[in-house]
Amino acid sequence: MADAETLNIRPEFKQIAEQITPGSRVLDLGCGDGSLMAFLQQERQVTGYGVDRDDANIVSCLEHGVHAIQSNLEAGLSMFESGTFDYVILSHTIQSMRDIEGILKEMVRVGKECIVSFPNFGFWENRWQILRGRMPVSDLIPYQWYDTPNIHFCTIKDFSRLCHELGFQALETRQLHEGEHVPFLPNLFASVAIYRFKGE
Amino acid sequence: MSSQRDSSSVGIVVPQTAHFDEPLALTCGVDMANYDLVYETYGTLNADASNAILICHALSGHHHVAGRHHADEKYPGWWDTMIGPGKPIDTNHFFVVGVNNLGGCHGSTGPSSINPATGQPYGSSFPVVTVKDWVDSQARLSDRLGIHQWAAVVGGSLGGMQALMWTMSFPERIRHAVVIASAPKLSAQNIAFNDVARQAILTDPEFHNGDYYQHGVVPTRGLRLARMLGHITYLSDDGMGEKFGRMLRNEKFQYSFDVEFEIESYLRYQGDKFAGYFDANTYLLMTKALDYFDPARRYGEGNLTRALARAKASFLIASFDSDWRFSPDRSREIVKALVDNRHKVTYAEIESTHGHDAFLMDDPQYFAVMRHYMQRIYSEVA
Repeated sequence: MADAETLNIRPEFKQIAEQITPGSRVLDLGCGDGSLMAFLQQERQVTGYGVDRDDANIVSCLEHGVHAIQSNLEAGLSMFESGTFDYVILSHTIQSMRDIEGILKEMVRVGKECIVSFPNFGFWENRWQILRGRMPVSDLIPYQWYDTPNIHFCTIKDFSRLCHELGFQALETRQLHEGEHVPFLPNLFASVAIYRFKGE
Repeated sequence: MSSQRDSSSVGIVVPQTAHFDEPLALTCGVDMANYDLVYETYGTLNADASNAILICHALSGHHHVAGRHHADEKYPGWWDTMIGPGKPIDTNHFFVVGVNNLGGCHGSTGPSSINPATGQPYGSSFPVVTVKDWVDSQARLSDRLGIHQWAAVVGGSLGGMQALMWTMSFPERIRHAVVIASAPKLSAQNIAFNDVARQAILTDPEFHNGDYYQHGVVPTRGLRLARMLGHITYLSDDGMGEKFGRMLRNEKFQYSFDVEFEIESYLRYQGDKFAGYFDANTYLLMTKALDYFDPARRYGEGNLTRALARAKASFLIASFDSDWRFSPDRSREIVKALVDNRHKVTYAEIESTHGHDAFLMDDPQYFAVMRHYMQRIYSEVA
C-alpha cells in the first residue's frame, strides 16, 4: 500500500523540485521514507531534515541518506527557529493532521516559503464514488473509511480559502493529475494540488 | 557457553594497558603526572586508520565492552549485543576501542590504584575528574593507537556526554557522534539524586574520608544504597510494574521489615552485587563528572547552540520515551542546538518500557537505527 502511494506521488516530486532554488535549506514535514527529500538532495542539492513520527520511516530515511528527526508534528515545530529554512514542505500529510491551522502557522513561521501538497477531494473520481454512495478509495486515497489515518480531507477550493483566511500570500499553485498540469476545471479534474505560499 | 563457537561474538579478548608519562592538566587544576588507561580493541584498523570507533562507558561501565576474557567468563562485555561480527557496530567493518576512564576501578588509574609518589592508594587524594578530562585522556590514547580521527565516538548516558564533548573539544578528530539516552547537562533533580547517592557513601562509617583501603574495610553499605537509589532511576515506573508489580516474596504479608515485595529483593540483590565489585570512590567521582558536565558553560557562555557551533561532526541522537532520568526532552535540547547550527543530525525517539536502562537493551527499533547509521558511516570510510 505504501508502495502504491509512493509511486503515485512520485511524479509530483519533480513538480515540487522545479519550485525549489538549488542549494536551498529544506524541512520536509511528514517526510515518510525520505524519498522526496532524497530526490531534492539529488536534483536540487538541498540540505536540511525530514521530520516523521514513524519508527520504520526513520530507518528508511537512514537508508536513503536523509537526516530525519523523529517527532510528532502535532506538537508543533518548537525545535526550529523562525525563518531558518528556505522551504518547509508538507507533502501528502495535511489530511492526516488534527490541527491544520496550527501546523500551517508553524510552517510560515519557520520557512521563508512553504509548499503543501494534498490529494484533491473534489477530484471527479472521488465525487463519483460518493455519488455512488461509497467513500472514495483510490491510489491516492488508498484507505477504507474505517482504517484511514486521514481525518481532514479538503478540496482545492477549500484549501485556497483557508490560506486566504490565514492571510498567507499565494506564490504558485499547481493542479495536477498523474503529474500533468490540469488547466481546465482543476477542482474537478486535478487529483493533486501543490500550493506554494508564504506568511504575510 | 563457549563464545568461540559464536560467530557473532568477537570471541576471547585481552585487555591492554597504555601508560602515559606526560602530565595531564585536569579541569580541577591538578596535573596528573602519570597514569594508565586500560582498553580493549575488536576488529582491525584499516590502512588509513579511518574505521575506528570509540565506545565511551557510562557510570558503572568499563573497557570490557564485548567478547569474553576467557571461555568460562559468565557474562560477556557490557555491550556485547551491540558490538561484534554482523552486529550493529560490526567488527568486520570497524576497529572498535573500549576504554576504562581515568578514575575508574577496572584497571585505569583511579582512587584504588597505588600512587607511585606515595606507595599508597590514591584514596581521598585522587583529583576530581571531568568529562573533558576523560576526552583529553582518550585523545592521547587515540594518538597512541595511531588514530587521528574517529569514524565515530559512541556512548549512552554519561558515555553520550563524552561523545558530545569530543565534538567540541576535538572537532577535527571525530566524524560522527552517537549520543544515546543522554543530556546536555544535568537538571537539579539529576544532581539531587546524585547527591543522595554520594551522601550514602560519604556518611558510611567505613568510608574513612575516602582512605578506607588502608583500614582494610569497604563502605559497602553506602555504596549499596547509592546503587539501589540509582537503579530506581534507571527503570521506569511501568517497567518496574510489569516486572515486579506488587509481587510478594511469600504468599502472605509478614508484617516485618524483611523483604516483603519482590522489588525489594531485586534492589537489595543489585545493591549487594554492585557493592561487591565497584569502588566507592570511583562511584563518587563518576557522579561528580555527571554533575559538572556542562559544555554550554565551557564553550558557549551558557548557550548550547553557541557551544556546538564549533562541532564539525554528524550526529545520531537517540532517546527512549520511558527514560525519565535523561528524558527525550533532554535529547531534543541537543537536537535543537544542532539544528540551529545546521549540523547533520538524525534523531530517533524510541518506544521502550525499560527507562534509562533501555540503552543497554536490544530493542529491535533501537538496533535497526544503530545498524543503519553505522552502515552509513561505513559507506563513508570503506
